[in-house]
Amino acid sequence: MARFIVRRLLGMIAVLFAISVIVFLIFNVIPNSDPAARIAGKNADPALIARVSADLGLDKPLPIQYLTMMKQIFTGQLMSYAKDRNVVQQIWDGIPATFSLCIGAAVIWMALAVLFGYLSAMHAGKFTDRALTILSLVGISMPVFWLAAILLYFLTFKIQLFPTGSYVPLTEDPVGWASHLILPWFTLAVLFVGFYSRMLRSNMLDAMNEDYVRTARAKGLSERQVRIRHVLRNSMIPIVTLFGLDFGQVVGGGAILTETVYNLNGVGLYAGEAIRSLDLPPLIGVTLFGAFFIVLFNTIVDFAYAVLDPRIRLGEAAPA
Amino acid sequence: MVATVGEMEAPGEPPLPAGVPKSQIQGRSPWYLAWLRLRRNKVALFCAGVFVLIVLFCLAAPLWAEHVAHTGPNENHITEKVLIDGQPTNVVGPDGTPIGPGLHGQYLLGADQNGRDVMVRLMYGGRTSIYIGLAAAAVTTVLSVIVALLAGYYRGWIDSVLSRIMDVIWAFPVLLLGIALGTALAVGGLKIGPLAIAGDSIWIPIMIIGFVYVPYMARPIRGEILALREKEFIEAAVAQGKGPLRIMFSELLPNIISTIIVFFTLNIANNMLLESALSFLGAGVRPPNASWGTMIADGYEMIYTAPHLTIVPGLMIIATVLSLNVFGDGLRDALDPRAKIRLEH
Repeated sequence: MARFIVRRLLGMIAVLFAISVIVFLIFNVIPNSDPAARIAGKNADPALIARVSADLGLDKPLPIQYLTMMKQIFTGQLMSYAKDRNVVQQIWDGIPATFSLCIGAAVIWMALAVLFGYLSAMHAGKFTDRALTILSLVGISMPVFWLAAILLYFLTFKIQLFPTGSYVPLTEDPVGWASHLILPWFTLAVLFVGFYSRMLRSNMLDAMNEDYVRTARAKGLSERQVRIRHVLRNSMIPIVTLFGLDFGQVVGGGAILTETVYNLNGVGLYAGEAIRSLDLPPLIGVTLFGAFFIVLFNTIVDFAYAVLDPRIRLGEAAPA
Repeated sequence: MVATVGEMEAPGEPPLPAGVPKSQIQGRSPWYLAWLRLRRNKVALFCAGVFVLIVLFCLAAPLWAEHVAHTGPNENHITEKVLIDGQPTNVVGPDGTPIGPGLHGQYLLGADQNGRDVMVRLMYGGRTSIYIGLAAAAVTTVLSVIVALLAGYYRGWIDSVLSRIMDVIWAFPVLLLGIALGTALAVGGLKIGPLAIAGDSIWIPIMIIGFVYVPYMARPIRGEILALREKEFIEAAVAQGKGPLRIMFSELLPNIISTIIVFFTLNIANNMLLESALSFLGAGVRPPNASWGTMIADGYEMIYTAPHLTIVPGLMIIATVLSLNVFGDGLRDALDPRAKIRLEH
């Protein structure tokens, strides 16, 4: 067990290191992206560019620049080139909004997916199943930002059902917090409800034909107990795995679109701004932040898998 | 895999009556059996039809532009007036509100804030969006198959190295990677050896979208190759003295072709969604060129006064992506009824 954890932690660090180097290189190899030239302005003379360059430490060799940047990230001193703000502080400030959004959406998407998938499988081929299948397919075929924009138009403007405006901290006003987040939660959840409910449906239909289900019926369990305790529970294992991976992706940058349209000042919104201004320090910061959660949840999933299913030996990766 | 499919009876076909001479029994290829299964799936066929119609609709863009709308996709008409119900009307009103949809040849779907004909832009934009979806799917498929064949055939350290690279790309937040590359490459273009792409070319989003989805396709295909690699026919091929390239492309590749076809179809749908997202965030198709994503981005600025600018291109994306998703599912059921391949989003 200890060996497994140590190995996975080392793997995580290696992946994060590789990612930071790649982002760093993308921005230093790509032509015309010299930050000093951009900050100095369009018609700056070479002397000014050189001075800006020296101020930011851009005249030093690349490995030194990289090491300095990493040191600043871990000591929390990294400043953005463009606006001269502390990157770590900005990410830190964005965490409450991003986590409120992602956790709330995750609760909704799991609850609805289980409900829809269960109903679909129990009424396979009937009207309920058809309707839910169409709904799920539309959900996974919809651009997230489009759904956000349409909901914003119809539910905050046409019918003023929900308040507009950005994130309200939970500690200040719990009701305002929830009412401002209902639309974003729902928007972010739709895609996953579609995916998960379809997957749960097919898993449950497969599980219905398994021997253990017949055994459960034969020993006299009620149909309800068979469905929930045996069929549903066994069909949930792949869903839980997927949930871990997807939750990591959503926290790690998948929420950019939702945060942008609803103007929630989370990490995603900050990432969007940083990218548009081609600002390397915030970009490295948010990419590492995102990659950290993706890798972390990957590891947690592998670990949970090994605990749930003893056939998978620790130390080997779970089947992809 | 191919051999076992051949032994199966096509569903819906009555078994041959006893006493029929063997010469009358026709051989059926796996492809023919798959077609028989697909033919029974009316919903999937309907969706394939919808997709073909959408493609034809977009291909007809120049015809509509020339003969009905009399304007190109990027031509502004902010200060002009058109005759609507016999009355000259401002294309873009004094308060900046463009004319809405209505039954008139010009501006059938209204105009946008620059006085451009939304119908014309929708048709041209669809060409761009579908073209990017197809081309990026081709890029992803070629790269994934190469990675999967190399990793699955050679195994050992080659597999380890390729798999670690896939892990790293996998751990990148997809949208962040896409936007970062898109924004950065738009400034200076891309130069890899003899290959040079200008910053405003639609090949920039194509390469980016094609690249970020490689791990999602390469991983499952690699798994299939690893399983096939253990089969006797590969051993036989090695014993016959066939070289690695020959085995990869004439022994392994034909056996994964049905998986590739399904992935390709579903990948087009995913690519179109990613294209729209990148364009919406300003890192995809460059203005003034139209794609459904850029049209939503432009329209979103005016959502409260002219919602049709946002709604219409979104509905087109949904129709296209939905039809591809349903058709892709149908293809999968037809080509390999027992397989559970699924493309991650």
